[in-house]
Amino acid sequence: MAKHLANSARLVNGGFIDRDKPITFQFNGQSYIGYGGDTLASALLANGVKVFGRSFKYHRPRGVFTAGEEEPCALVEIGAGDARVPTSRAPTVPLSEGLVANSQNCWPSVSFDVGRVIDFTHVFWPAGFYNKTFKWPSWHTWEGMVRKSAGLGRPLTGPDPDHYEQVNAHCDLLICGGGPAGLVAALAAGHAGLRVMVAEQSEEFGGSLNWEQYQLDGKPAYSWARDIEAQLADMSNVMLMPRTTVTGVYDHNVTTLLQTGKNNTWRECLWTVRPRHILLASGAIEQGLIFPSNDRPGIMLASAARQYLNRYAVKPGNNVIIATNNDTAYQTVFDLAREQISVSTVVDSRSKVSEALRQRVSDLGAYLLTGARISNTSGSKGINSVRIEDLEGNDLGNRKCDLLAVSGGWAPRVHLLAHARGTLRFDAVSQSFLPDRLPPGMSVAGSANGTAGLEESLAESARAASMICETLGFPADQFQTPVVTTCIVESRSVSPMQLDNTKQRQWIDLAHDVTFGDAELAVREGYVSVEHFKRYTTTGMSVDQGKTGNLNAFIVLGALTSRNTGEVGTTTFRPPYTPVTLGAIAGREIGEFYAPRRYLPAHTVHQKLNAQFEDYGWQRPDCYRQQGESPEQAVHREARAVRASVGVFDNSPIGKLEVRGPDAAEFLNRVYMNNVLTLKPGRARYGLMLNENGIIIDDGVFIRLAEDHFLVHTTSGGVARIGGMMEEWLQCEWTDLQVLLDDMTTQWANFTIAGPKARNVLTALGTDFDFSSSALPHMAAAVGTVAGLSARAARVSFSGELSFEINIPARQAARFFEAILEAGKPFDITPYGIEALMMLRTEKGYLHVGTDTDGASTPDDVGWGHVARNKVTDYIGKRSLFREGNMDQDRKQFVGLEPLDPNQQIQPGGHLLIGKDRQPPAETDGWVTSACFSPNLDRYIALGVLRAGRGRAGEILTVCDEDRQFNVKVVSPVFYDPENKRLKE
Amino acid sequence: MMSNYSAFSILRNAFSGHRNWTRAWQDPEPKKHYDVVIIGAGGHGLATAYYLAKYQGVKNVAVLEKGYLGGGNTGRNTQVSRSNYFYPQSCGFYEHSLKLFENLAQEINFNVMLSQRGILSVCNSRHEMEMYRRWANAIQMNGIDSEVLTREDIKKHVPHINLDCRFPIWGGFIQKRGGISRHDAVAWGYARQACAAGVDIIQQCEVTGMETTDNKVTAVHTTKGTIAAEKFALCVAGHTSQLAAMAGLRLPITSITLQAMVTEPVRPIFDTVMMSAHIHVYVAQSDRGEIVVGGGADIYNSYAQRGSLNTHHDNFSALVELLPIFSRLRLMRHWAGVCDMAYDVSPIVGKTAVDNLYISTGWGTGGYKAIPAGGDTLAYTIANDKPHKLLRPFQLDRFDTGRLVDEGAASGVAH
Amino acid sequence: MLRIPCPFCGLRDQVEFQYGGESHIERPENPEQASDAEWADYMFYRENPKGIHYERWVHSFGCRQWFNLARDTVTHEIIEAYLVGDQPKSRKRDAGDESYG
Repeated sequence: MAKHLANSARLVNGGFIDRDKPITFQFNGQSYIGYGGDTLASALLANGVKVFGRSFKYHRPRGVFTAGEEEPCALVEIGAGDARVPTSRAPTVPLSEGLVANSQNCWPSVSFDVGRVIDFTHVFWPAGFYNKTFKWPSWHTWEGMVRKSAGLGRPLTGPDPDHYEQVNAHCDLLICGGGPAGLVAALAAGHAGLRVMVAEQSEEFGGSLNWEQYQLDGKPAYSWARDIEAQLADMSNVMLMPRTTVTGVYDHNVTTLLQTGKNNTWRECLWTVRPRHILLASGAIEQGLIFPSNDRPGIMLASAARQYLNRYAVKPGNNVIIATNNDTAYQTVFDLAREQISVSTVVDSRSKVSEALRQRVSDLGAYLLTGARISNTSGSKGINSVRIEDLEGNDLGNRKCDLLAVSGGWAPRVHLLAHARGTLRFDAVSQSFLPDRLPPGMSVAGSANGTAGLEESLAESARAASMICETLGFPADQFQTPVVTTCIVESRSVSPMQLDNTKQRQWIDLAHDVTFGDAELAVREGYVSVEHFKRYTTTGMSVDQGKTGNLNAFIVLGALTSRNTGEVGTTTFRPPYTPVTLGAIAGREIGEFYAPRRYLPAHTVHQKLNAQFEDYGWQRPDCYRQQGESPEQAVHREARAVRASVGVFDNSPIGKLEVRGPDAAEFLNRVYMNNVLTLKPGRARYGLMLNENGIIIDDGVFIRLAEDHFLVHTTSGGVARIGGMMEEWLQCEWTDLQVLLDDMTTQWANFTIAGPKARNVLTALGTDFDFSSSALPHMAAAVGTVAGLSARAARVSFSGELSFEINIPARQAARFFEAILEAGKPFDITPYGIEALMMLRTEKGYLHVGTDTDGASTPDDVGWGHVARNKVTDYIGKRSLFREGNMDQDRKQFVGLEPLDPNQQIQPGGHLLIGKDRQPPAETDGWVTSACFSPNLDRYIALGVLRAGRGRAGEILTVCDEDRQFNVKVVSPVFYDPENKRLKE
Repeated sequence: MMSNYSAFSILRNAFSGHRNWTRAWQDPEPKKHYDVVIIGAGGHGLATAYYLAKYQGVKNVAVLEKGYLGGGNTGRNTQVSRSNYFYPQSCGFYEHSLKLFENLAQEINFNVMLSQRGILSVCNSRHEMEMYRRWANAIQMNGIDSEVLTREDIKKHVPHINLDCRFPIWGGFIQKRGGISRHDAVAWGYARQACAAGVDIIQQCEVTGMETTDNKVTAVHTTKGTIAAEKFALCVAGHTSQLAAMAGLRLPITSITLQAMVTEPVRPIFDTVMMSAHIHVYVAQSDRGEIVVGGGADIYNSYAQRGSLNTHHDNFSALVELLPIFSRLRLMRHWAGVCDMAYDVSPIVGKTAVDNLYISTGWGTGGYKAIPAGGDTLAYTIANDKPHKLLRPFQLDRFDTGRLVDEGAASGVAH
Repeated sequence: MLRIPCPFCGLRDQVEFQYGGESHIERPENPEQASDAEWADYMFYRENPKGIHYERWVHSFGCRQWFNLARDTVTHEIIEAYLVGDQPKSRKRDAGDESYG
């Protein structure tokens, strides 16, 4: 293992690191020292580390290629245990004390990786090889092996120790990018009074000003940037957001930003911002060059070399060669020379280079080869030499180097514009895609717009800001931009270079290991549209989404298919711009915050009774367990007790819609299948509501409190839906009806007192109204007081016993519940839960909408066909009931079922087959919808739906339930008290 | 001459620098007249062309595609195959499709990478468990594999599941023969074989209008000229309303958006396909290592191929709630498709009021798994001018008669 | 996420609203006299335009009022919001087109 001298590749002076703050960190088990302000990449380079990881497909050694989020090679795993972060881009990881980092996608180590065998046998694994093989005997034979070699990072298997926040915000102007263009626009808009947010993915604002050797107004660019940052920080209407990447622009400019925490309680925060206008000042990404063996460690972008040198005081090499197709790489030559780092050769693919550049290169004692290109590179663990040739293929010799800095042009960061459905055009001069048609509410300035020079960028940005201020109603004076007093080599004109196939592979996508040969193969096989090409070769589909390679890939595709690059187009830019942690997208809406829990108003009393709660949209008691009881025993005890004496049930969540107005009855008569007009005040009726397709959507009792006042009960889960449906018809269709309605569900608590002793309990509670059998018959209502509380009482029953449902104000619920329990003591009153209620109603064959009915059930299916057909006036859904399909004879109808063996357990979900002792598979004739052991009948009973079931009473069927079959008889669904004697007492 | 795809052919070609592979499909100029013109070169259009040429003896077929083949929903979906439906009508159809899928790689000589790793549906309440048991039993009645699972069973299938999430898991059921495959491979495989069987696939050819006479479509106007044919079929998913309108037809479908999302790739960690209705999300791991996630559709009319952020966020709350180990994974990219939904969320495949115009639509969010059977049955329907027996429940007239096939209704869950 | 201009509350996030589908659909005056085909047309058949869609929304988590939007289904641009019962300014009236009212 090579020994790395501590910071052997660090400049003694210079850079913007904090040499007073040494930081210890680990990489692949070895300890290193870096400094404050370093990234993981800069610190490792400073320590002479060359190999950062292994490539995705071929497991070739890779170094670091860039200095930013576009990194395709130096993908490492940060951290340990449950806080690991796989596939982190080393140039974007800020160095911190104790940081632990490891290479990934290599085994046993990054220095020796057995996966490299794929590289040595690469001819057998061309692009898309898996389309052509691994079919026999089936994919399953090969899948395990292929899956194991796929994937980049190690997945985590523990809980996330961090949490994430989310913030919503509005602003006038969101500036994407805190580089020179962004800073100028922020100042201009800020001074004009706009609310401005500036998002910058790095820790420091300034962008390229933090490493390029400009001077503005006589000040070094870095200092100028610090000054501006301080000015902006002081402006109350400007929010600076460092460590924040704008990840996507969505409909109506709604934009997501991912902010990384620093000394926060949260790890990341996802912002959803609603700006009135967006300024894209996102800069451009330098592209690589395509040439044989262009993926070696020690090959990096020319601008990255400058950034490591100027910002981090790293010596990226000692003996440097530059390869380029544009002017900007020359600045790397000059910056390296400033630090006395030798540049031996500049290999420029263009035939002509400006005299000024020629002279400067010559003055430094370096060779300039124009019309030339790299024909091969060598050096297994780091580049050690290159071979050069001219564009005709004539060899120009070998040269040694330990750093090859490359520039293949610049691709503006237009991603966010593309997300927002702006369009792009191909610019021949810069050989890149530039913004063409902007989406509404978005502007672009600076190198993101293809503007190459700093001075032009600043002016453009000031103009853009001015126009934005004007548009948003904040007229302002023209902003005075700084003067660029020292410039660097800026021109980004590119001459396109022809590519030939070569013996050594040429990479077009470093992250997914896609080569020029793969591109040729794709074209040869006809995958020539840009999307087919991408999907076939997988170019641009890795974690870097092709940031440093896609442009070249499109240029190559154009060249191979004799189309110009503009015709080829680009693949679709898909958000997010850089990957976003799923935990940040989920935010706090997990665990208890995934969905709120709703508690009954008398929750504390239920707790005291040892209720076993379950989530039914509300936390409701399934049963109340007494000492030593199993839940099943509790449920049976409760169900027996209600029929034997009296029980109390908390039905507070039941939907309660108040419907009032002169047309209330007419309205409800159109909504319900049942006749509403004939209902007298003080009376209640059970009704079904249908949708226009004739399907039962809810059922419940409605009560007429007065001529123009109704109380509509819905299922607890349906009240919002039914209330909404009613409003819709009133607002959109029957606009002439004078009706008001409101959802009063949470205003009233509701307790049912049911059983032969129910009246005794009411007497003990005390009421101011007569609840005798004649005064309050079955399906009647009364308004008055109970136990001194304002109440609405109705004699309705879901249990089949004498039953009173009493509504009192919800805030009195606990007190009322306790009063009931107290009043009921002499009668052994038993609180009963949902399980017991279901048992009781099943015994009575009462429908439970959503269980015995489903999204296909119509009134006739459940025995209400005569009411549905005979109602003369129109109601929602009526017409649908007269279609062929709704009148089919073999529709599934509601029936009762009895296992022939009374002790045979029957459960909901079993299917019914015609005849005894049948076996599946066979066409189902229906299914069991509700079932229980009936403690009052001492046998198992069930309800279900059966094809033409009403005419099949007495028939024997087979129930098939998973791997069990047993026989049942079709019976009436009313198992208990079929004459309803108990009900009418 | 089409190369055969196999390990041997790769080996052989490796020694000649892979220079001898031939085009997967051709790029012909359209003829003036065909027996059948299929509009839409997605999975359904290409499969239909293939089955017409290969099995119905109708080779004089063109498939017209306005963009690049397989670029619509076929190129965007989450690649699930299953036949675990409730009604016999649906089961019959989708099981036929699954069986075709099981043999597809051999049939079209293209590795579609069908991975039958199981479709696991988990449920999060007592009521849901009852509904799911009803559903699982229905599947068995239809002669298709399904197995009810307990909580503990689910933990064995998905070791990292959070059984006690906000809505604790009660159990679920699995169809072991369900799974995922590679969508591009299905499109490319059918395209290649259809082409080899004599079908013309015309890309970058948009249909802009139709000529009709005597209640028949006689020709389509396209960006590559006018093309006549005896029969026409629309296989354009979310754009069916626009194409149908050219022949004067209205349809009972609306076009909505379904999003799909993938994370950065990781080593194998998730070995099945899992769906939850209540904590609504579905998830699988691609063979490349990415975690593939889908959820509820955005139900407002849209052709934008872009869904709403709030739906997107809901999908991930659900995912992280069920599988907390994914919290630190990162979303790499997301996109969407345009889904044609009928009221009952069941397909509409067959004849229309225009005598020689056939449609294949209403596939909603579930069209990918139906590609083989959709192609096979539509090819039969076109060739014989009457619906294939598996398609009889899925005709347009069901909207008049009320005989809707509403899968969501009976199983209590959206599909 | 759409930003929807509620005519009563102003520009609000989509999550506050629920969608009601195509607007200006006429319920048959006498449903019992409608043929199956006419009823099916009312129930199920839709324009489903790729372009401007006239549709209904309700501000469920706000004023709870229904209103109409003219929205482009390709770009999601919202051209106008208008009240129930009104006609959109953006639609050109075709001769003899009685389908909105």
